[in-house]
This record gives sequence, structure tokens and C-alpha cells, in this order.
Amino acid sequence: MALADVKQSATEARLAALSLPEGGCLSVARQAALSRVQTLGLPGRRDEYWKYTRPDTLTAAEATQASVFVTDEAPMFDEFDRLKIVFVDGVYNPEASDDLSLEGVQIDRIADICCQDIHWAKDLYGVLEARGQSPVARPLAALNTAFAQDGVAIHVTGKPSKPINLVYVHSDEASDAILHHVIRVEAGAEATILENGPAASRFNKCMEIDIADTGKLHLVRAQGRDHERRAATHLFARLGTESVFKSFTLTVNGILTRNEAVVELLGDDAIAHIAGACVGDGEFHHDDTVFITHDAVNCESRQVFKKVLRNGATGVFQGKILVKEGAQKTDGYQISQSLLLDDDSQFLAKPELEIYADDVICSHGSTTGAIDEEALFYLRSRGVPADEATDLLTLAFLAEAVEEIEDGEIAAAIVARLEGWLSRRR
Amino acid sequence: MLEIKNLHVKLEDEDKQILKGLDLTVEAGKVHAIMGPNGSGKSTLSYVLSGRDGYEVTEGSATLAGEDLLELDPEERAALGVFLAFQYPVEIPGVGNMTFLRTAVNSQRKARGEEELSAADFLKSIRAKAKELKIDADMLKRPVNVGFSGGEKKRNEILQMAMLEPKMCILDETDSGLDVDAMKLVAEGVNALRDEGRGFLVITHYQRLLDHIKPDVVHILADGKIVKTGGPELAMEVENNGYAGILAEVS
Ligand SMILES: Nc1ncnc2c1ncn2[C@@H]1O[C@H](COP(=O)(O)OP(=O)(O)OP(=O)(O)O)[C@@H](O)[C@H]1O
Ligand SMILES: [Mg+2]
Repeated sequence: MALADVKQSATEARLAALSLPEGGCLSVARQAALSRVQTLGLPGRRDEYWKYTRPDTLTAAEATQASVFVTDEAPMFDEFDRLKIVFVDGVYNPEASDDLSLEGVQIDRIADICCQDIHWAKDLYGVLEARGQSPVARPLAALNTAFAQDGVAIHVTGKPSKPINLVYVHSDEASDAILHHVIRVEAGAEATILENGPAASRFNKCMEIDIADTGKLHLVRAQGRDHERRAATHLFARLGTESVFKSFTLTVNGILTRNEAVVELLGDDAIAHIAGACVGDGEFHHDDTVFITHDAVNCESRQVFKKVLRNGATGVFQGKILVKEGAQKTDGYQISQSLLLDDDSQFLAKPELEIYADDVICSHGSTTGAIDEEALFYLRSRGVPADEATDLLTLAFLAEAVEEIEDGEIAAAIVARLEGWLSRRR
Repeated sequence: MLEIKNLHVKLEDEDKQILKGLDLTVEAGKVHAIMGPNGSGKSTLSYVLSGRDGYEVTEGSATLAGEDLLELDPEERAALGVFLAFQYPVEIPGVGNMTFLRTAVNSQRKARGEEELSAADFLKSIRAKAKELKIDADMLKRPVNVGFSGGEKKRNEILQMAMLEPKMCILDETDSGLDVDAMKLVAEGVNALRDEGRGFLVITHYQRLLDHIKPDVVHILADGKIVKTGGPELAMEVENNGYAGILAEVS
């Protein structure tokens, strides 16, 4: 079916501003992804999946300029012993990065996949993204696969002694970055990946994660404090038997963020937890769109999303649990909640369950609320000043999401950022 | 210490008068008990003194050691020394009991210009006090009052009181929901705090609590006013005959 004219011309305009990276073994994958974009067309205002979030600035031919946020605060995760991989405006920067060798993991740039003949990466690049295009289209991810400028292939074969930290530095006000990472966790292997920073004025990021039977991956990201940056990110994960995937995202500021997560539980007894905490003030639009498919027996999935909004900020949550026929003993949990600190802010939620198996436990809930006045009075009656009491209750509200982070020190670092945000807004 | 004069209070949102000219003075070092029928305004009095929203004082005054309480925010009253043990303690998911108490203790100290308590000193103090009230370490770690039994919540109120060392302790039906042993623990906790510089206002329906916490003065509150004041024998009279006789006598 032909695309509507508006969509067709918007898509053509965006594609005209891009050029496919040269040759190599990924060219087939890139070409196929380009065809997907052309067939699907980039998201438009009329698309059901973009009902609550305007895609125009994400799909425009040119990125809107965004000023670079300057702060003397130490970058997130700086205090951790980690392997640092730095991208500046979406380009790998070897000088700022650590040596990429670490026991238990092999790290390469995607540009080097072909010369190194890294089969698993070639076989993964664009594959989960393509699977993730149905039943809902995600054209920005296909665009990413086709045109990604850079990214890394991370092969986890053991248990690396420290986390791998992808650091995204924003330095150019006109930057428009497209990054694509592929990650494979082998059987019995386990790693933690940290991501932080705004990356660019406009950032399109795609991460494809393939976890073999009994593999484990922890992903914690902090999306940076630049007020004017825009981001569309996709996370595609495929889980084998008894594997574990836990993801947590902190979003503080940013004019527009759309974080999509598409997770398939394909092996029995697998566990996937996708969580996020966001705090937004003023011109802030944050969208979490999650699609979890249970296609094996006795798997567990959790979606925990908390949003604190004030001064006209908007939060969006679209979350789906699809339980396929035969996926018995599924344990699916989904909660999305917003705390509105004033009457100007809004939260739009669309929780969905679609179940084709009879022996499952699935629960979902979505709430919007203000600070609990009873609790506030109780705290104040004990001498805690109103501002501090409000902060305590706000952090308490976010706690369920932050608790999804297994590592206590990382969780504490996230809480410290949240406290910082609250104290700046007194 | 606490001086309440001709206090008139109505609900902010409704045209409903609850306190209708209440006079009460609690001297430092004394324990005053208030008894009275359901709905007579006992909890309202305790809330108005601690600064909860939703009430409007239309007439009268309330001062603590000469300071006008009614003008102050709840946290300022707390720092001055007002403490209310709630009839229904509030559950606060996500806020640890320990964090809550340390924040409270140090906020009050800061407001009074005193030095904050170090983490070590705080821990030492709370452990000792929790032990006396048979509150185990696990309860201290849990979120404030979440999943606590009725009796545990009341003991937790007394623990907070012990940590905050207020000047004016108001206990709103702290005995309700307590078993006999817990009642003794709570009474011991209160008695341990009895001090020349501290006043108590104990709201209760039952003589039982007053067997353990011996009041100096007993008041009967009915329809928004103190209608009778006497010694401990007044509580005995209520216990034996209910309010009918007393109310008939004063009207
Ligand atoms: N926020 C409120 N909204 C509506 N009515 C209220 C409110 N607060 C108090 N009241 C009413 O005011 C009256 C006094 O209530 P209060 O709770 O002070 O009584 P009490 O003496 O503590 O009773 P009890 O012995 O049952 O605890 C009652 O009729 C109650 O219904
Ligand atoms: Mg009451």
C-alpha cells in the first residue's frame, strides 16, 4: 500500500539528508533496513503509536539546535571503576576512551565487524530490529540500522570484572547522532553496561541485545541533563532459557525523549525487568513505550515506570504484555505511575495486556496522583520542613523503580542524582 | 506550658463548628487526661494544636510557653516541642523508619540552632530506645508504619516521642489497639519521659491506661468544650457509669 503523501514526502526529505555508510559486510543489512523505512514511512502525527508524542522533530531532515549544558558536577558513573567508551556527538573518541581489552568481553566498533569477521555481530545487526517491526512498526529504529554512523559490538563471553560504560558527550549544538550497538551475552556469562550523557542535540540510538541461555545482562542508563536535547532510543532484546535482562533508565531533563523497549522471552524460565524513573520540569516530554512478548514457559517480566512531573511537563507510558499461546506460567507485572507536583502537568498512559494462554498471572496498573497530604502532615508534625518532606515523599515514590537496579552502589548514585534534581528545584 | 483559651474551631470547607470555646491549661511536669464521647472534638483539638490543614480557628488562642502556636507551620511547632502521637499513624511506603526519624530529629535540631546528631550517636540512641519498647531492628528498617500491626504502630509513635524529646506530648488514644502487655510497654515509655519540664495531654476512652499513666488532672470534653475537670476519680466515674450522669449534671 502506498504511503500517504505527507508521510511519503517527509520520509523522502529525511532520507535525502542522509547517506548510507560505505560498503562492508553490513551493507546488506543496511540496505534492507532502508527498504523497511521506505515501506513503513517515518512516524507521523496520525500514527496511533505516536498519539501522545509528536514525532516531527525526531523525523525532520535537520536536527533542531540544542545548547550544550555546562555543569561542574562530575559526570554520572565517574566514581566507578569501569571500562569507559566515549562517543562525542555520536562518534567514537579513542583518546577519551579506555583501552577496549577486558577479560570476559570482546569489544569492537561496528565499522570493524567486517574486517575482523565477527560473525555473531553480522548475524545480529538489524535482525532484532527487523523482528521488532511487527506487530508495531518502529521506523526510527530501521532508519537507525540503515544509517548508524558508529557504535560497538560487545561480546560477553565471561564475567568481566567491571562495568562497560558507554559515555555520550554532547559538544556541538547542531549535532545529529545515530548510534547502533549490538550485544551478545553467551551462556553463563554476565555483564553490566552503563550508559550516560545526552549524546547530541538529536540522538537516535538503537541497541540490539541477544542473551543466550543462562546469560545475564544489567543495563543502567542516565540520559543526561541537557534541557534542549531530543532523543529516540530503541532497545531490542531476545532472551534464551533461564537468562536474565534487567534494564533501568534515569531521565532528568531533555525536551523530548522517546524510549522504546522491545523484549522477547523466547526460552523457558527467562526474566526481564524494564524500569525507568524520570523527573521533568517545564518543557519536558518523556515517553516510555514498551512491548514485552512472552513466548516460552514460566518466564517473568516486570515493567516499572515512575514519572515526577511539574510546571507543565508531560509523561507518556505505552506498555504492552503479549502472552503467546503456550506461554504458560507467565508472570507478568506492569506498573506505571506519575506524581504530578502541580496541576499543569499531565500523564498519559496506555497499558495493554493481550493473553493467549490460560495459566498465567498478569497484572497491570497505572495511577496519577499528587503528594499524599496525610503523609506530608505526618512528616511535618515530626519537624521535617515542608520542602524536605515533599522531597522524601518524591524519592519514596520513585523508589520502586530504582530498586530494580541490583547493584546497591549504582542505585545509590542514581538516587543522588534524583536528590540533586529535587534540591535544585526548591 | 500549654495554654488554650476560648478556642473555637470550625471545619474549613464546611459550616461545622467543632470546638466551641475550649479552655485548658497544662502545666509543665503534669499529666492531663481528656476523656469524652465519640465525636466530641478530642482529635480535632490535637490536630489543631499540631497544625493540620482543614480547620479554621474562629476565636481564641493556644500558646506553648508563651509562643502563639496557631500562627506556626507544623514543623515549627514540632521544633518548639509539640508532639502528637496520632490516633491513626500514617503509613509512608518508600520512606524507611530510620531515615524518617533521623531526618526528623536533625530537622528539629537545625531549627533550634543545635548541632545535628551524628549517625553513630543516633543509631546508639534509637537502638536503646527501640529495645525498651520491644521494637526489633527489622521494624526500624521497614518503611514508616507499612505493614505494622495496630499495636506496632502505636509503639512506633512512642519511639518517635522518645527520640524527639518534645516539651508537650499529646497522645490521642494511644491505648486503642494495644494488648495488655503492649499497653504496659507504652505506659512505661511515657512514664520514662515524665519530667518537670514536660507536659502531657493524654486522650483516652478507658481508665485502664490511666492505671499505668497516673494523671494529675482529668477533663471531660463534650460537644467541643471542657465540661468538667477533676482528679483521677473522674476517670473512675466514667469507667463505671459512662458519660450520661456527668453530662446530665452539667447541662
Ligand atoms: N475533616 C473532617 N471532615 C468532616 N468532619 C470532621 C472532620 N474532622 C472532624 N470532623 C467531625 O468533627 C467531630 C469531632 O471529631 P473528632 O475526630 O475530633 O472526635 P473525637 O472526639 O476524637 O472522637 P473519637 O472518640 O471517635 O476519636 C466529629 O463529628 C467528626 O465527624
Ligand atoms: Mg479521636
